[in-house]
Amino acid sequence: MPPGAPLTWYLGLSAVVFAIGTVGVLVRRNIIVIFMAIELMLNAVNLTFVAFARSLGSMDGQVIVFFVMTVAAAEAAVGLAIILALFRNRETTNADELVTLRWIVLLPAAGVFFHVFLGRRAIAAVKVVGPGLVGAAFAVAVVAAFRLRALPEGGILRDHVYTWIAAGPFRADAVLRLDALSAVMALVVTGVGFLIHVYSVGYMSGDRGFARYFAYLNLFTTAMLILVLADNLVLLFVGWEGVGLCSYLLIGFWYEKPENAAAGKKAFLVNRIGDAGFLLGLFVLVWTLGRHGFWTLDVAEIERHLDVLRTATIGGWPVPVVVGLLLFMGATGKSAQLPLYVWLPDAMAGPTPVSALIHAATMVTAGVYMIARLHALYALAPAALTVVAVVGAATALFAAVIATAQTDIKRVLAYSTVSQLGYMFLGLGVGATGAAVFHLVTHAFFKALLFLGAGSVIHGLGGEQDMQRMGGLRERMPVTFWTMAAAGLAIAGVPPLAGFFSKDEIVSSAFREMPVLGVVGLVAAALTAYYTGRLLCLTFLGRSRLSHEAEHHVHESPPVMTLPLAILAVGAVAGGFLPVPALLGHRGEAGAPLALMALATGLAVGGLWLAYQLHVVHPAVPAQVAARLGGFYQLVRDKFRVDELYDAVVIRPLFAAADVAARGIDPKLIDGTVNGTGMLVAATSGVWRRLQTGNVQHYALFFLLGALALLGYYVGR
Amino acid sequence: MPLLTLLVFAPLLGAVLLALLPREPLAAVRRAALVFALVPFALSLWLFARFRAGEADFQLIERAAWIPAWGIEYRLGVDGVSLFLVLLTAFLTPLVVLASWGDIHRRVKEFFALLLVLETGMLGTFLALDLFLFYVFWEVMLIPMAFLIGVWGGPRRIYAAIKFVLYTMTGSLLMLVAILYLAWQVKTQTGNFGFAYERFLALHLGAREQLYLFAAFALAFAVKVPLFPLHTWLPDAHVEAPTGGSVILAGVLLKMGTYGFLRFAIPLFPGAVATASPVVVALAVTGIVYGALVATVQPDLKKLVAYSSVSHLGFVMLGLFALTPTAVSGGLYQMLNHGLSTGALFLLVGMIYERRHTRMIADFGGLWTAVPVYAACFLVVMLASVGLPGLNGFVGEFLILLGAFGPWPWATTVATSGVVLGALYLLWMYERVIFGPLARPENAALEDLSGRELAVLVPIIALCFAMGLYPAPFLSRMQPSIDRILAHVEAERAPRLAAR
Repeated sequence: MPPGAPLTWYLGLSAVVFAIGTVGVLVRRNIIVIFMAIELMLNAVNLTFVAFARSLGSMDGQVIVFFVMTVAAAEAAVGLAIILALFRNRETTNADELVTLRWIVLLPAAGVFFHVFLGRRAIAAVKVVGPGLVGAAFAVAVVAAFRLRALPEGGILRDHVYTWIAAGPFRADAVLRLDALSAVMALVVTGVGFLIHVYSVGYMSGDRGFARYFAYLNLFTTAMLILVLADNLVLLFVGWEGVGLCSYLLIGFWYEKPENAAAGKKAFLVNRIGDAGFLLGLFVLVWTLGRHGFWTLDVAEIERHLDVLRTATIGGWPVPVVVGLLLFMGATGKSAQLPLYVWLPDAMAGPTPVSALIHAATMVTAGVYMIARLHALYALAPAALTVVAVVGAATALFAAVIATAQTDIKRVLAYSTVSQLGYMFLGLGVGATGAAVFHLVTHAFFKALLFLGAGSVIHGLGGEQDMQRMGGLRERMPVTFWTMAAAGLAIAGVPPLAGFFSKDEIVSSAFREMPVLGVVGLVAAALTAYYTGRLLCLTFLGRSRLSHEAEHHVHESPPVMTLPLAILAVGAVAGGFLPVPALLGHRGEAGAPLALMALATGLAVGGLWLAYQLHVVHPAVPAQVAARLGGFYQLVRDKFRVDELYDAVVIRPLFAAADVAARGIDPKLIDGTVNGTGMLVAATSGVWRRLQTGNVQHYALFFLLGALALLGYYVGR
Repeated sequence: MPLLTLLVFAPLLGAVLLALLPREPLAAVRRAALVFALVPFALSLWLFARFRAGEADFQLIERAAWIPAWGIEYRLGVDGVSLFLVLLTAFLTPLVVLASWGDIHRRVKEFFALLLVLETGMLGTFLALDLFLFYVFWEVMLIPMAFLIGVWGGPRRIYAAIKFVLYTMTGSLLMLVAILYLAWQVKTQTGNFGFAYERFLALHLGAREQLYLFAAFALAFAVKVPLFPLHTWLPDAHVEAPTGGSVILAGVLLKMGTYGFLRFAIPLFPGAVATASPVVVALAVTGIVYGALVATVQPDLKKLVAYSSVSHLGFVMLGLFALTPTAVSGGLYQMLNHGLSTGALFLLVGMIYERRHTRMIADFGGLWTAVPVYAACFLVVMLASVGLPGLNGFVGEFLILLGAFGPWPWATTVATSGVVLGALYLLWMYERVIFGPLARPENAALEDLSGRELAVLVPIIALCFAMGLYPAPFLSRMQPSIDRILAHVEAERAPRLAAR
């Protein structure tokens, strides 16, 4: 690379190469051409990285070496796979076979190995390999999605990797499946994931645990892809717990701070409570099907045997309701709904890109995805769906209320996420599956953007997270401001931005099914607009309240961070025009009444206006309002003290019981009984006392003598 | 080629050779012990290669007359139930030898010789098809283990060793009586004495008779498992035992109990199993929750791991007594998993104990900064123990709970809470040891894992991944033999049920 060549040249070149690659893939003439095309696209992506790295001046020659090595290894593997495929079956080497979905999962998984074993010695390579492999997975997912589109409607791609568990009659294979729903999810996970990986390169630069961070992040991507591509619920559970693990590791990433490690543990445990319910749901499902001879958890098989489930009961309850509620219990854990939402706000202890990817855009939507995946089953259980809708609406409102009184920028966003997830469950509960998934997608864009923007602010201020010590950052961080403003308008529901469409569909469906919940949705929407406006005003508008240090430190973030912001902003602005519900085959849901649209828009704008008035025009008023509200305001600020409640009701009694067992039952009751018996025997028998010499050999001798005596007795009879 | 005999007695031969070697230099003794432990491992791999997958019956049977007057035979054989337990034993022993290089400094030669004698006992117990022979091996195990604790153990080693011996012997004594009674029954029913497993299986026993005999066998096995409330010897034995002793104890010896249930107590007395299983399942589930709760508040790492065994073995017992093919498979699989992950946990605790001479959780914290490789290995092993999908523990736990849910829905529901509690005590322990600030200077100076220690841990960790990601080769070899046992139980119970 000649010195001084402008960045744009390389970007242009890379775009051209990428375009050629895309064309090659779309033409899909034969296997070799497609692979070469993928290679081209990969190389285009990598060229971009190297160009950026060069222009930022943060790389050295190693990068190229490792890059070439990685590509070479990938090519060798690919070539081998082709040869094997040809060797095994000459006839069927066509494009169908080539989009083996496993590569979507295996590419990020390869990254994990790289970072774990080589990462610490080659930080520069981690910067390329980490995001690069996720980008490659995205490319494969795009190819696969195009292949899927070529199939007749309702078609799926399957990739049987191997037989995983077969014990007794039960079988669960490692099978990946791509249908419209999982394609949407896979694209979101790899696409948004890729941007956040890129952003992380800038955000985490210089961190001691850089390689560890990318190992976790790639592992997360792998697990999340297993979750969304899994063809059976056991494999889904592998991803389900896997993302929980990564969340645990990443929340506690800066483990030296005890509160971070504790937050990670809390997240894992609360999730596990949900998971226990999820497992029980699976057991009920397997046994219900199994009693009719179908020992499986394949999604397709479950859908095929809905008749069996429809009439089955367990303990007098209809099976679909029991299963639906138990699986939903898992969803309340993973997707942070009442009553298991408590871990998510604490999860903000992790690095901010992690909050964006895991705790906003992807992992926390797993519960939504799971219910959408099983919508045929849930359709048999209206009672369970009602519970889902009510919990969702309650969570949406409850978390939105809390968000209005938080001053930590990430905490506002955390509660906002909880609230928005509530909307998605509301949508699922009222039968608007397409709308719920639509909101999931748009939310992934604007919430990831909000978090990354918040991260950019925190980065720019040298670690400050309290909005009371921000303000007036608009001029100094223009890219961050404008992109975040776009995301803010999107989440507030201002037309025609992304959030408006998806939220509107959910609320209007709710009005059709359960009007009360529709009202709750509207109130929460107004609150959403208010707290988002408040966040933007406190951070970027008004006068500066920066501390002296931050005042010196403040700067706009580097392009490696702002570029992903810009791309996500496009999604946040235009994402509403994505035909997601139609893709999922839910065309009938769209079309909210005009009056409702007007009302929702009015609430959104009103909420934003109120925030502007309270926090920019009359900044003294909020304190007066808070003082007037007194105890209630304090209660909201303290997040309704739910953590304290759980501590008193669950955790303390549990530990008290453990103490009783460890200090009372074990040493006193059980050992006491045994020793007591021993002493009783000893007291009543002088022989026994003499036998208790404490010498193991004596015992052994007595024992053998006794055994022989018994044997002699029986033989002699 | 009497492969099984070679396998069983190779360690004993190694022990004899080791005893003949000079006491010094220690390095030579250690290396010799490793070689003597690797020989049976190599033989076990050969056994694996010769094992015909898909067959339910015993294979590679070797027999010789022993005491013909009493119908006692020397007879060994392997099936899907014992195959992997044999492999586990032969796999763990060389690792224990290697791990003990840094742990045992006193009477080194005797330690390794006893360890090898113990291995012969363990392998023989798993492979014996004659109940008299089984009993001999069963008792052979007891003495070296007691010595390992009593001679190389911690400050309260004598107390722990005696407690171990007394608990185990009380149980085994009743089992011996039951075995002799059964042999006598063979004589009454067929005309001459016999101790062969198959002849015991063919006996016709009354319901009450079965119940007493089952109780006698069950007591011996339940102590070994250990089933709540017979577990209190275990924490003491573990805490006092040297690292190698703990690994063998947790990894293999506890499996003697569960193996005994699966091989003998359940198929020999199917009628009694029907009556007793509610009690056993209740105790197993109690053990799962109770063990987890007690583990949570332990200040001592080794005690925590010891109580976690009580909880994990509760899962195994639940699986075995659910009597469905899936649950029993899961139970057997979980025996292997527990042997690996709990064995590795004891190894890790031992490694840090060698460096700091303390096992108190409160003395640690922030170890990731000081010893990252150790922390990473600990993480994987801890997660395997938690039962994270992708690692071995999940497959076992999942199959157990899945298989047990049909016959025992409520017990399984309670047991599933153990999944949460298991995460609680292990994650909290890990947090306090590995995360947080590196507050103590003596921890900051710790050295990370040596090459030898990595050589001990890496094979176990690799196996944890392999068994979690690709359990099929294991499960497919176990299943036919398990199905055969369950079919026998079913066949014996069916006429009884029909008669009712």
